[in-house]
Amino acid sequence: MIWQQLQSLAGSYPLALRGLGMTVVLSLISLVLGTLLGFGLGILRTGGNRLISVAIGAWVDLIRGTPFLVQIFLIFFILPEFCIELDAFTAGIIALTNLAACFICEIVAAGIRSVPTGQVEAALASGLSRWQRMRQVVLPQAMRIVLPPLVGQYVLLIKDSSVVSAIGLTDLTRVGWLVVQRVPNGLLVFFLVGVGYFIVCYPLIMLARRLERRMGAAHGEVQL
Amino acid sequence: MLENFSFRTIVEYLPLFGQGLVTTVWLSALSFAGALAVGIVLAAMNLQRGWLFRVPAKAYIDAVRATPLLAQLYFLYFGLPRLGFVLPELVVGILALSLNSGAYIAEIIRAGILSIPRGQVEAGVASGMTYIQRMRLVILPQAFKVTIPPLLGQAIVLVKDSALLSLISVSELTRAGQLLASDRFMPAEGFITIAAFYLLLYYGLKGLAALSGRWLGLQPARSST
Repeated sequence: MIWQQLQSLAGSYPLALRGLGMTVVLSLISLVLGTLLGFGLGILRTGGNRLISVAIGAWVDLIRGTPFLVQIFLIFFILPEFCIELDAFTAGIIALTNLAACFICEIVAAGIRSVPTGQVEAALASGLSRWQRMRQVVLPQAMRIVLPPLVGQYVLLIKDSSVVSAIGLTDLTRVGWLVVQRVPNGLLVFFLVGVGYFIVCYPLIMLARRLERRMGAAHGEVQL
Repeated sequence: MLENFSFRTIVEYLPLFGQGLVTTVWLSALSFAGALAVGIVLAAMNLQRGWLFRVPAKAYIDAVRATPLLAQLYFLYFGLPRLGFVLPELVVGILALSLNSGAYIAEIIRAGILSIPRGQVEAGVASGMTYIQRMRLVILPQAFKVTIPPLLGQAIVLVKDSALLSLISVSELTRAGQLLASDRFMPAEGFITIAAFYLLLYYGLKGLAALSGRWLGLQPARSST
């Protein structure tokens, strides 16, 4: 009985690999796009223009205040009404990128705010341009605060990518759902699905913890 | 464009949305209570010096944090009947949310207890207090204070996570939006309305978190939800 199930499971490993691949690709693309967009938004949020700052803050609240599942449904079912045709993959990427960008924006903004104003004033006095100030003075110091939660955010992103299975993308969770219809052993199937996610996420969790310890220590050393 | 956006339909379905909202609120509240219980037990296990309790607690917390809630939900939904527990979807959902959030709450509680300076414990020891007295009179009252804002942050996450229960057909708020989308082919009306309801809950809890921070004399919390 259990032997048959194991055989049947072994038969579906190409599907499982495809699912894991889909999860990784989805997460990776939206991770890169989301990080770029998030840093841009975070810099704009602390950039001094009140209107832009409030607008970004409102959008971030909107995204943080609604379930990701609802956001996916909104994007997948409503953008077509604005004559933008989407397949599930693009919708998934848009939703995940947007989610990541909003969370990363807040992380980056907090990091930038943590840099003492004296540093910015010193840079101003040295005649650095706005861009130079950001790139050479503020961001390198902000990274200390930004990096640990940023990696933590990547873990959340990978986990949230499981929700796109709801619009029919064949990611790892969806594969589990498909396999469990044939092999009626939910414990085993979703245990294996869990193992797949664990392999991807756990190293990142360890990295985040390490960074937190190291950055914390570094922060103590260079206390100004 | 959304020129056919029908407020009339939304009003017509309002009782359904109301029911969904009420279900979401009480099932989240119940799950949060469950998660608190799970979290307290796990945190207590995790703070032991011996490995017998600490290692399983750590393993459980890591396993939960490294896998998505949806996979955990399916694990219970498809797995429990296999073990002979045929439970209603709603119970499975509450169980999954409690077990998932419990792992996060355990870390919040542990961080709160560890944030109490060692000198406090030593002072307790020097005053001749027993372990229980130290916990009850010295550590917990102080730890309680710092854990309230992050616990409310976790409550926000839990309310949003409860949307996933619609995927195992629990008739909560998101399910109400899906019904409107599939019965009447009005996804815009359905999903925008429920998004508004979720925002209502979000701002409510967020306001509560800010208020509690002020009552407890903490700095305005920047919870990372």
